[in-house]
Amino acid sequence: MKLESRNNQIAQEVIEIVEKYNFQREKLLQILEELNDSYGYLSEFVMKEVAKNLQLTTTEVYSVATFYSFLNTRPKGKYIIRLCKTISCVLAGKNAVANALRNELGIDFGETTSDGKFSLEFTNCIGMCNQGPAMLINNDVYYHLDPEKAVEIVEKYQ
Amino acid sequence: MVGHKIQILFSPAETGIALRLAIGKKPEDIIAQVKESKLRGRGGAGFPTGLKWELVQQAKGERKFVVCNADEGEPGTFKDRILLTDHPCKIFEGMAICGYAVGAQNGVVYLRAEYRYLREGLVNAIKKMKESNYLGKNIMGSGFNFDIEIHLGAGAYVCGEETALLESLEGKRGEARNKPPYPTECGYMGCPTVVNNVETFCYVPAIMTKGAQWFSEIGTMESTGSKLFSISGDVAKPGVYELAMGSTVDVVLQLVGAKDTKAVQVGGASGICVAEKDFNKPISFESLPPGGSIIVFNKSRDMLYVLKNFMEFFVEESCGQCTPCREGTYRLLQGVEMMEQGRCSIHYLHTLRDLAQTMLISSKCGLGQLAPNPFLSIIDNFKGEILARDRVARNSKKTPVVR
Repeated sequence: MKLESRNNQIAQEVIEIVEKYNFQREKLLQILEELNDSYGYLSEFVMKEVAKNLQLTTTEVYSVATFYSFLNTRPKGKYIIRLCKTISCVLAGKNAVANALRNELGIDFGETTSDGKFSLEFTNCIGMCNQGPAMLINNDVYYHLDPEKAVEIVEKYQ
Repeated sequence: MVGHKIQILFSPAETGIALRLAIGKKPEDIIAQVKESKLRGRGGAGFPTGLKWELVQQAKGERKFVVCNADEGEPGTFKDRILLTDHPCKIFEGMAICGYAVGAQNGVVYLRAEYRYLREGLVNAIKKMKESNYLGKNIMGSGFNFDIEIHLGAGAYVCGEETALLESLEGKRGEARNKPPYPTECGYMGCPTVVNNVETFCYVPAIMTKGAQWFSEIGTMESTGSKLFSISGDVAKPGVYELAMGSTVDVVLQLVGAKDTKAVQVGGASGICVAEKDFNKPISFESLPPGGSIIVFNKSRDMLYVLKNFMEFFVEESCGQCTPCREGTYRLLQGVEMMEQGRCSIHYLHTLRDLAQTMLISSKCGLGQLAPNPFLSIIDNFKGEILARDRVARNSKKTPVVR
């Protein structure tokens, strides 16, 4: 019963967002981005509701959701740390920063801490190549990192 | 003027002057002026901007669109980030001039998800320009309407390819379209669409105020004007530099304080690796295509490791739609790993080179067509080093040499 009422609430929220975009098919990406922001990820239920409201198949919505690396189809941590692994950041010392982050959080890249607070990921070039190593934590960018600085930044989010 | 630091994009310019000049002219005259300047697209492909605008102007369509490609994702590129941060009004002014010239009333900036933190500044800049009536309805009393919206991407390198970008704008997977038809004929929502890079739009106001002749005298015959270079890697002063087209690699290296340079990757992961013997080559569309990214490697760097990093990038970012790219990038990466382990025979290396050529010809979009570039150029330049490397310990019975 409890789950059902939660689902009803989500279904309502999905309708509100889809309505805001006038039920337009071409707004699917924005709709998914907003839902991804609200819930942290796009659950099967959310994708089905979006599909229903836009008169698409669930497969179509899923195919879009899984195409983009900033949309999650599985639960992720509250803060997603994306460390740039492209060559300029590597030359600037990305590997040491990666080790420090691993050690600090006790997880490997691709994993989420058990308290659901942090997900650790690598990302491709984020355009901070002159100030590497660099990382994004959700929408905030951090650069000129070294192991110490990186760990201190993460500490602020604890 | 080749080789000297110049300032077109980074010079201060009052917003609106170029736009006022432009809307006092006939659209055809603006296009003629852009054509005369010989401005070419700064995203990497170098398509003549004036011709693109003309095609859209002449195309039939009730609605037309102007799209700014701000999906800067090429490894080592960050010039657009600087323009988006410091000179958003130049971009929007360029887009509005383009809109007036081609007959479009709507502009869209496709901003990559990684630059989401720049959105607020861009939205504010649009608001200010609307307040000054440089955007919006009846711009400066001319009867011309032009509005710009910011559309956020969601993390996909391939969306920098213009047709993949349009698919993404339409809320679909960012998979490249078959061409023709080109976006100039059938672009966003099936309407004629100009898709230009951030930097390309930024040159337009300067061309309007200072003239096509002035612009075309900078740079080389086929590559006029200046170019922004994002320079990173083993250099003392990394950053964005505005240089005349045709500047040589040597000049660039001197400027940024590079020492003991072994190789320079010009044009990012999909660009070309240049070794010392070619440092005297100019960076221009006639010689080394200027993608905007320059990554410098000093003599301590292992070029096979660099190549592996690039190939991993392509394997991840290939959209998987066409076979040459999906399978090809994977096989090339596998080949690099074999070389690391000392398992790649010269015969198999030739097979991989054939595969790279096949990808170049048969991939559907720029990603797959350019992915072999670093593979071929790094292997060619450093074959001796790669063949003679100490192999990583391996069990020879389990992992035989591949022929």
